[in-house]
Amino acid sequence: MNAFFDLLLGGVFHAAVLFLVAAGLQLVFGVQKIVNLACGSFYALGAYFGVTAVKWAIAAGAAPYLFLPVLIVAGIAIGSIIGPPIEALLRTVYRRDEAFQLLLTFALVLMFQDALRFFFGANPQQLGDTAMVYGTLSAGSVLVPTYNALVIIASVAIAFGLGAFLQRTRFGRILRATAENREMSEAMGVNVRRVYATVFTLGTILGTVGGALVVPTAAASLDMPVELVVEAFAVVVIGGLGSMRGALIGALIVGIMRALAIRYYAELEMLAIYVVVIAVLIARPAGLFGKPVE
Amino acid sequence: MRVAAIIAALVALAVLPRVVSPYFVTLMLPAFAYGIALLGFNLLFGYTGLLSFGHALFVAIGAYSAAVMTAKLGVKSFELIVLGAAFAAVLVAIPVGLLSVRYVRIFFGILTLAFGMLFHSFLFKFYDITGGDTGLRVLRPLLLGFAFQDLDKTAFLVGPFYYYCLALLALLGFVMWRIVGSPFGLHLMAIRENRRKAEYLGVRARLFCLLAFAISAFYCAVGGVMLAIGIGQADPELAYWTHSGELVFMTVLGGFANFFGPLIGAFSYIFLKSQLMSITEYWRFVMGVILVLIVVLFPRGLVGVAQTAWARIKRS
Repeated sequence: MNAFFDLLLGGVFHAAVLFLVAAGLQLVFGVQKIVNLACGSFYALGAYFGVTAVKWAIAAGAAPYLFLPVLIVAGIAIGSIIGPPIEALLRTVYRRDEAFQLLLTFALVLMFQDALRFFFGANPQQLGDTAMVYGTLSAGSVLVPTYNALVIIASVAIAFGLGAFLQRTRFGRILRATAENREMSEAMGVNVRRVYATVFTLGTILGTVGGALVVPTAAASLDMPVELVVEAFAVVVIGGLGSMRGALIGALIVGIMRALAIRYYAELEMLAIYVVVIAVLIARPAGLFGKPVE
Repeated sequence: MRVAAIIAALVALAVLPRVVSPYFVTLMLPAFAYGIALLGFNLLFGYTGLLSFGHALFVAIGAYSAAVMTAKLGVKSFELIVLGAAFAAVLVAIPVGLLSVRYVRIFFGILTLAFGMLFHSFLFKFYDITGGDTGLRVLRPLLLGFAFQDLDKTAFLVGPFYYYCLALLALLGFVMWRIVGSPFGLHLMAIRENRRKAEYLGVRARLFCLLAFAISAFYCAVGGVMLAIGIGQADPELAYWTHSGELVFMTVLGGFANFFGPLIGAFSYIFLKSQLMSITEYWRFVMGVILVLIVVLFPRGLVGVAQTAWARIKRS
C-alpha cells in the first residue's frame, strides 16, 4: 500500500509541474491562438536559471532553507525578462497562417537549444540534495519529502489563483473577452497589444517557474525542452486546447499514468500516454474540456 | 522554358559526381532523399493546406523497413525494399490518416505529432525488436539485381546508388507533377482554399485528404529508405518530432507555394547545415535565426525571393 502511495505522490508531483507548463501553453493558446512549441525551452531555461540562482544565493550566504523562494523568484524573473522580447518577435506573425506561427516557435526551440548550451554548458546541472533541508513529512506510514508536498501545494495555489484571476478580476474578464473575439474587444477599447504582451509573458513565467521548481528533484539537461513539449502537448490535448480545467485534469492523468507505467511496465512509459491522447481524441475530438472546433 | 530548366538541372546533377569531390556527392544523397520525402509532404502541406508535424513517422517507417528487410529478412533488392517500405507506410497512413483528417489546422498538426511520437517511443523502448536507441543496421542493397561488389561503400554510394536515386527523384517528381496537375490535385487545392465551399460543390474532402495523406506517406517512406541506405543505419531520432519540424523547415525554406520549392529547400537545407556544422558547434542557433528570417520576412521562401528578384530584373 505504501509503495502505491509513493507512486501516486510521485505522479502528482510530476503533474503539479506539468500543470504549470501546460497552463502557460493553454493561456497563450486560449487568448492568442498560438501553439507554443518553445514552452519546453522556457521550462528548461527556468530549470537552468534556477540552479544558477540557488548557487549564487548560497554563495552569497543565504540560508539553505530559503532556496524555494529563491527558485520561485528566479523563475518569475527570467520569465519576465525573456517573455516581452519573444512576444515582440511573435507579433510579426499574428495575422499570418498558423503554420508560420508554429514554425516561428520551432525556430525558438532551435535557438534556445544552443543558447542554453552556450550559457550553461552541455553537462546536466543539478542541485544535489538541497531539497532535503525541508525534511520529510509523515502521514501514518507514508513518507513524503516536504519539498514535493510544497510544490504540489504551490501548484494548486497557482491553479486557484489563475482561476480567480481569469474569472473575478477586471483584467481577467478583458482576457476572456479578447480570447472570445479579438476584433470586438478591440472595438470596445481594449488595448489588445498590451493584453497579448501580458498574456505571453504570463505564459512564459508559468513555464520558467515550472522548470525552476522541478530542478531540486531532477537535473536540468539539454533534453528537457524537446521532451517536455511532448508531455505538455499530451496534457493539453487530453484536457482540451485552451481550457485551464483541462490542463489540470490532463496533467493529473499524464503524471499519474506515467508514474504507473514506469512502475509496472517501463517500456510503456510514453507509449501509454500517447495511447490515452489518441483514445481521447477519438472519443472526444475536442478533448475533455475543450470547445469543439468549427 | 521550364522543361529546359529541369533538363538542365538533371544534366547538371548527372555530371556532378565527375566534377566535385565525393564528400559533396555523398551530401547529395540525403538531399535527394529529403527531396522525394518533401514532394510528398508538400502535397499535404502546400496543396491541401494540412500542416503535419509528424511526417518524420513515415520517413522512419521507410528507414526501418529498409533495415528489417536487408538485415533481418535478407531481402536485398532495392526495388523490393522501396515497394515494401512504401506499402508499410501506406498501411500505417490509412488508420492514422483516417483519425487525423477529421481535424484541420492546428489540431491536425498536434494529432500527427502525437502519432509520430507514439512510433518514436515504440522504436525507443522495444529494444528487442527495434534495437532501441542504437537503431538497426541497414545493409547495402542490390540495384536492379547487381551487387557492385568490387566497389567500396563510398564508391557504391557516389556511383550507381547516386544515379539510381537521381532517376528515382526524377520519376517520382514527374508523377507528383502529374498528380498536382490532375483533377485530384485541383480538388485538393479547392479544399485548401475553402473546405466547406468545396464540400458544398461535391468534393469529398475527407476522402481526398486521406488520399493525399497516404500519397505523402508513400513519398516520405521512399525518402526514408534512401536516407537510411546512405547512412547505413536506421535510428529512432528519425521519428522524433524535431525531425518532423525539420521537414517543415526545409519546405518553407524552399517555398511551399511552388512545386519545386520543397526540392530547392531540401538541397539548400542540407548544404547549409553541413557548411554551418563545419564552421560552428552552435549551428542550430544559426538555423533558428534563418528560420525566423524566412518566416518573418520571406514567407514564400527562396523560390519567392528568386521570383521577386526576377520580376524586378525584367521590369528594369
